[in-house]
Amino acid sequence: MSWLQTLRVAVRALTRNKLRSFLTTLGMVIGVSAVIAMVAIGDGAKARVEAAFAAMGSNMLIVLPGTTTSGGAMGGFGSMPTLTWDDLKAIQTEIPTVRAAAAQLRVTAQVMSEDQNWTTAVFGTTPEYFQIRTWPAEHGELFTQADVDGGTKVAAIGKTVADKLFGANANPVGQLIRVKNIPFVVTSVLSKKGQSQWGQDYDDILIVPVSTFQQKIQGGLKNVIAGSIAVSATGPETTARAETQIRGLLRDRHRLAQGTDDDFSIRNLSEIASAQQEGTRTLTTLLAAIAAVSLLVGGIGIMNIMLVSVTERTREIGLRMAVGAKPSDILLQFLVEALTLAVMGGLIGVALGLAGAWRLATSFGWEVLYRPDVIVVAVVFSGLVGVIFGLYPAHKASRLDPIQALRFE
Amino acid sequence: MSGKPLVLLENVVKTYVMGDVEVHAMRGVSLSVEQGEFTAIMGASGSGKSTLMNIVGCLDRPTAGSYFLDGEEVSRLSTEKLAEVRNRTIGFVFQSFNLLARTDALENVELPLLYSGVGTAERHRRAAESLAKVGLADRAHHHPNQMSGGQQQRVAIARALVTHPRMILADEPTGNLDSRTSVEVMALFQDLGRAGITVVLVTHEPDIAQYASRVVVMRDGKVLSDMSQVPRAAQVPPPEPGAEGQTA
Repeated sequence: MSWLQTLRVAVRALTRNKLRSFLTTLGMVIGVSAVIAMVAIGDGAKARVEAAFAAMGSNMLIVLPGTTTSGGAMGGFGSMPTLTWDDLKAIQTEIPTVRAAAAQLRVTAQVMSEDQNWTTAVFGTTPEYFQIRTWPAEHGELFTQADVDGGTKVAAIGKTVADKLFGANANPVGQLIRVKNIPFVVTSVLSKKGQSQWGQDYDDILIVPVSTFQQKIQGGLKNVIAGSIAVSATGPETTARAETQIRGLLRDRHRLAQGTDDDFSIRNLSEIASAQQEGTRTLTTLLAAIAAVSLLVGGIGIMNIMLVSVTERTREIGLRMAVGAKPSDILLQFLVEALTLAVMGGLIGVALGLAGAWRLATSFGWEVLYRPDVIVVAVVFSGLVGVIFGLYPAHKASRLDPIQALRFE
Repeated sequence: MSGKPLVLLENVVKTYVMGDVEVHAMRGVSLSVEQGEFTAIMGASGSGKSTLMNIVGCLDRPTAGSYFLDGEEVSRLSTEKLAEVRNRTIGFVFQSFNLLARTDALENVELPLLYSGVGTAERHRRAAESLAKVGLADRAHHHPNQMSGGQQQRVAIARALVTHPRMILADEPTGNLDSRTSVEVMALFQDLGRAGITVVLVTHEPDIAQYASRVVVMRDGKVLSDMSQVPRAAQVPPPEPGAEGQTA
């Protein structure tokens, strides 16, 4: 008998008992739909975490200057400016795993437009900073090395600052703002980055050339960096190596004897990111376990009903055998029936799961992500469950003796 | 009929083991049935007639002895091969009709063709033709529960005929029918014999055996008697009660 014919016979047999077939698939439906919905939600959450880390900067390390101790009170990282501009240059030029490095000096200051004012973080840095944080301009042009060399009074402002000073949707490029009463020309508005993992608004920022920052805003020492160094490694796999190499380089340059503490510290942000992703992976494993259990339960339901069906249809099986069905035909027929039940359950489950995830996304604003591969895997797995759990009843049917089967009451 | 017999049993023995007890259902049966013969097999229950029927129908294999069906030794064939032989050579008619419920007459008749790899269009055509042969062309889309017992048995006969078998095996085909429809079914079988199809009928009713051209009586797993006879012509009586035509 052809496959198509076998399938038709199977579908006829299943539709003869619609309610029972539906109830049988219910286990599969619930299991698959739960998995599909949970994976969509889990992936949405994961994507959000990844996006947040990508916004922070990719493969990013932050080198902080060291601590100072006065009278036993540790000042904490950054209290003593130990990083010099020469250190920065060395990091940029001597370490091959470093893609870019930039000093970042920071103060909190009030900024004013013509009719509004806002207190924000003011950063002094070099153009590499935009590259490290993959942060393009939405309006205007980012400042360049020439601006740093010339100490021009230009500023790149974050979206939040632009909104606060000039109102939403305005294009303030070319406008004048004052930082600590010094006029700056807004040359660019940075594209929106949103919030960090910890709720900090990335767009609440104003960035000026580091030279201008030192001369006009911060003052103080010229040969040390009164801030930190942001570094981006060449790739995710070189981040850890870059960290080690920077540590070695700085210890060398600072002539630190073996056994003494670093007079600086390095934070590896991608390590935090991978810790977060480890969390999501655990969640995914848990989901897979739930999926396995629910498919198992669904499979047992199918096996149960197929066994009942084989018993009920003993005479039919006997008749089919008498008129020429081979044991293999009977085996295939019952196997295809179980497969059809399971795959139907899987498909309905996928539809329900997607609908459920969509509902959660629209009514609660949850982020969901639909992955076609998960859907394909879910359907294939349901089919597999059908075959595995259908095998025993089908085998039982195929081993019936036609004489006994025909006499069965 | 001349030439080699369609069915040739040589000293067939069938022994079942039921628990610790050996049941000798057939103790050496030799029988030959010619092409086109209408044979009735009779006997009390336990006489071995059902076992004989199962072996002749290739549903079971003898413990010893040989069975040549249409010249082919089939007693040692595998289960799969026997299914092919049944599909190709034999049509079955049962006491309880064994039609698939909630399935119309046409599809019921098509069933054997599903297993011989006949295409859909050809299947429909042959099933319709077969239904017409038993006079049920207009009932093709009726379900078994919408038909009388006689009609259901005729659908079953159409199903048996649809593969153009060499032999029809009927196991108590009139057991669930009233006398009038029984005669109708016998008339059909006599027609088949005239068309060259061998009919083997198992029955315990002497009335029914009268319509066959040969009666084999079984007892205790052996052939007790084997006689040819002039068959009683099956004439379907007119609907008026009491009027029963009879010709020898």
